[in-house]
Amino acid sequence: MEWPANGSALWEIVGLTIRVTGTALLAGSILGIPLGSLLAFTRFPGRRFIVALVYTGMGLPPVVVGLVVYLLLSRSGPLGSLGWLFTPPAMMIAQTIIALPLVIGLTMTGLEAVDPQLRLQIRALGADRSQEILTLLFEARAGVVAAIVAGFGGIISEVGAAMLVGGNIEGQTRVLSTAIVLETRMGEFEFALVLGGLLLSMAFVVNVVLMRLQHRPPYWPGR
Amino acid sequence: MPRRLPRLLSLLAVSAAALGSCSLAEPAVLRLATTTSTADSGLLDAILPGFEETHNARVDVVAVGTGQALELGQNGDADVILVHARSREDAFVADEYGLARYDVMYNDFIVVGPPDDPAGIQGVASAAEAFTAIAEAQAPFASRGDDSGTHTKEQVIWQLAAIEPDPDQGWYFSLGQGMGETLQFAGERGAYALADRGTYLFQRDNLPGLVTLFGGDSIAENPDPVLHNSYGVIPVNPALHEGIQADLARQFVEWLTSLETQEKIGTYGVEVFGQPLFYPDSEAYRQAHP
Repeated sequence: MEWPANGSALWEIVGLTIRVTGTALLAGSILGIPLGSLLAFTRFPGRRFIVALVYTGMGLPPVVVGLVVYLLLSRSGPLGSLGWLFTPPAMMIAQTIIALPLVIGLTMTGLEAVDPQLRLQIRALGADRSQEILTLLFEARAGVVAAIVAGFGGIISEVGAAMLVGGNIEGQTRVLSTAIVLETRMGEFEFALVLGGLLLSMAFVVNVVLMRLQHRPPYWPGR
Repeated sequence: MPRRLPRLLSLLAVSAAALGSCSLAEPAVLRLATTTSTADSGLLDAILPGFEETHNARVDVVAVGTGQALELGQNGDADVILVHARSREDAFVADEYGLARYDVMYNDFIVVGPPDDPAGIQGVASAAEAFTAIAEAQAPFASRGDDSGTHTKEQVIWQLAAIEPDPDQGWYFSLGQGMGETLQFAGERGAYALADRGTYLFQRDNLPGLVTLFGGDSIAENPDPVLHNSYGVIPVNPALHEGIQADLARQFVEWLTSLETQEKIGTYGVEVFGQPLFYPDSEAYRQAHP
């Protein structure tokens, strides 16, 4: 049986997968790591409630996120004038929402696991607030990287939201996970399996890179 | 660290701008919500480039069930819809979500099942009789169960047979999945299923556990007019929502129903399957081929 996708179409799918998931992971991390730090380092009324919400959000079904984003971005919805439905930005938004609680929650637990004595020590050495948090984040980097890995794992293979708000449009919004669903639906099991292998290899490479960050002190700008 | 912040922010701004612009500066985009049968059969891939070239447009195909396609049109999230559930299409136009419905093409439904045919439906006179035999034998039946055009047709046939299939009895499986998944389920479990002939022909090589048991080997041999499967195209009413590509949608309908495109529809699949997957049926085509 001839494979349904030619080489260039396949690379288009891979490229879009990297672009969508990468952007969502970046946005999720930029928002999630500070929010996770905030939850770890501050105490305020209602914090426990928010933490419970974050933990619940770690189990958000992607298709529910997709449905909510669809209703927001639909032309009959409040943000319809943006015209983002069935475009990559819609998928990025949905995947950011899916990744966010994972990044927040695991960053928080990672930071909370750092020895409290260390905080006193850092302050005693005269560090200001931002220096203190950055040092603690560095100490907790295993946890922070685990947070990013979890966020990545939550969205790279996610299909419910990508299908609903992306539409699996050939050459526009088709990513690996939705392509796998399509090929499976069409009975092209072998090709679906190849795509699955490709998805796993991508995840493997990304995880290896992230794990290196966990163990090696990264270049620390300006310090 | 603060020194670096502006650089980081500008990097973000650049990437955001890149994201925002990626969908701009391209030819006009027409969004077509259609059923999985037209997309998965490869028909649209075969004919759409013709429209895209002549109209400097790009057609974004969102392939979903008929129910969801109509919903997308209703919400203004598609410019034009191409589906197959006549009564619901008429209701869609009557409710003024769509401007009008135009005949495009037809094919037919068939009943497929395991070669040993435990319910003995081979040779019955109508689809309703076939369904009755399946229900009486309590032979496994795989239903799309997804509000699609095929599911709608299946419900019509159960009504004709005056049977209300009960999932609790253990022989009727409402899957809530697409045609491909449903056929795969039927093949694996030795179940009967209602399928559109186009999708079945397209996937037959992957379905060793199924044969056509009612509906014959081609549409000419299909004894039951109930199994006629008509596809209609409906431009979405632009008065309902901002941003609907009404002009392009109208041009698309004109193109799809034109004699030239209709001839292409009529020849698609002949080489591979020995018969067309869809039969042209637009007004222009019928006038030219009375």
